[in-house]
Amino acid sequence: MKIAITSTGKTLDSQVDPRFGRAAYFVIVDTETMDFGVIENESAAAAGGAGISSGKVVIDSGAQAVLTGNCGPNAERTLTAGGIKLYTAVTGTVAEAVELFKNGKLTEASGPNVEPHFGMDT
Amino acid sequence: MPDNLVIAVASGKGGTGKTTIATNLAHYTARLGQKVQYLDCDVEEPNGHIFLKPKIDFSGAVTIDVPQVDLEKCTGCGKCGEICQYSAIICIKENVLTFEQLCHSCSGCWRICPADAIKPKPLNIGDIEFGKASGVDFVGGKLRIGYVRTPSLIKEVKKHIKEDHLAIIDVPPGTSCPVVEAVRGADFVLLITEPTPFGLNDLKLTVGLVREMNLPFAIIINRYGIGNNEVEKYCAAENIDIVLKLPDDRRIAEAYSSGRIIVDVLSEYLKQFSELYEYIKRIKVGINDKRRLRVRRKNKSGFRSSSSCTQDP
Repeated sequence: MKIAITSTGKTLDSQVDPRFGRAAYFVIVDTETMDFGVIENESAAAAGGAGISSGKVVIDSGAQAVLTGNCGPNAERTLTAGGIKLYTAVTGTVAEAVELFKNGKLTEASGPNVEPHFGMDT
Repeated sequence: MPDNLVIAVASGKGGTGKTTIATNLAHYTARLGQKVQYLDCDVEEPNGHIFLKPKIDFSGAVTIDVPQVDLEKCTGCGKCGEICQYSAIICIKENVLTFEQLCHSCSGCWRICPADAIKPKPLNIGDIEFGKASGVDFVGGKLRIGYVRTPSLIKEVKKHIKEDHLAIIDVPPGTSCPVVEAVRGADFVLLITEPTPFGLNDLKLTVGLVREMNLPFAIIINRYGIGNNEVEKYCAAENIDIVLKLPDDRRIAEAYSSGRIIVDVLSEYLKQFSELYEYIKRIKVGINDKRRLRVRRKNKSGFRSSSSCTQDP
């Protein structure tokens, strides 16, 4: 399956970006083959609505799960509407995050874990 | 008497005394028989009512239009999401989500929808109050907590500027969109500052704003005596009038902190406000004719379609 990981860089060795809506990149990884693609997040510096437009980008990428640090309510609502599973509080590198996911070590989030605008100050 | 004049009381820095000046000026001129109106456009944190203590005659909700989607009619084409610049509406797998708080009421989504599935519906963003306070005609806007459509509410408050009154607008602090909306169309702007480095820094930003908007203005220095004389040097170099210097007087702070009007409790300050009033009387109405007319015309033609206020009796 394809999963999206918020990333500070363009490789599997990059650190997971702690913000969803304003993440620098989305790394889309095929968990079977470890093939990956990188999407630069155009909403990273948006004035508002970053979580929603980022959510749309991830849904359109065909990913079925999102691994990130923090996710606000608008993004969470968007991802849920797209049928995407959300995993928050993920840290380390993108590769490590994928490994944890594959081994079933991550717990699915039951909702947003931060308030709106969380990613604007970090 | 300046019965046809709109004065905006603004400042870059917060807490310099906008409301103190605006409420005292309104109260003082009303005592002299001036037909005067005070409009609280600091709608995120209105406090003019604390000093003027108006008796509110009626109030009403201010609404803006946001999209309402009929999913039965929706074909999931996604055009609404593409046109929205604020991600306030988005189409996800043939399901349309709306985020009302992000909506700027541009009407793009309901206009572009080919299936006629989107209709505007009113969203309450705040309230507007009307009342009287010892001869002062009072209008105050109050934004609902958590809502960000400040300029829309300010616009609504300003529609109630009366043509035959001296209108005093209490402007929010800073130099952002709400400030631009509040000073827009004013005949004259009084910029309040304090004689400190912070005061001067933010004053310069605000002077830049009013010059950009081509609005005539002058400066009032509050808490005069603290800080340094850099504000005065700046005004001299820039050829800007300083119309009033209100001293740093503990008794003023005490009056303020107990919600009282300075001119009521400290009669020696009547002179300062008298001078300010005389200065205002000399302001030429029409100096900024086009802008003034724009405000007035809105007032005459009633409510704009993008926002409206329903008044409860």
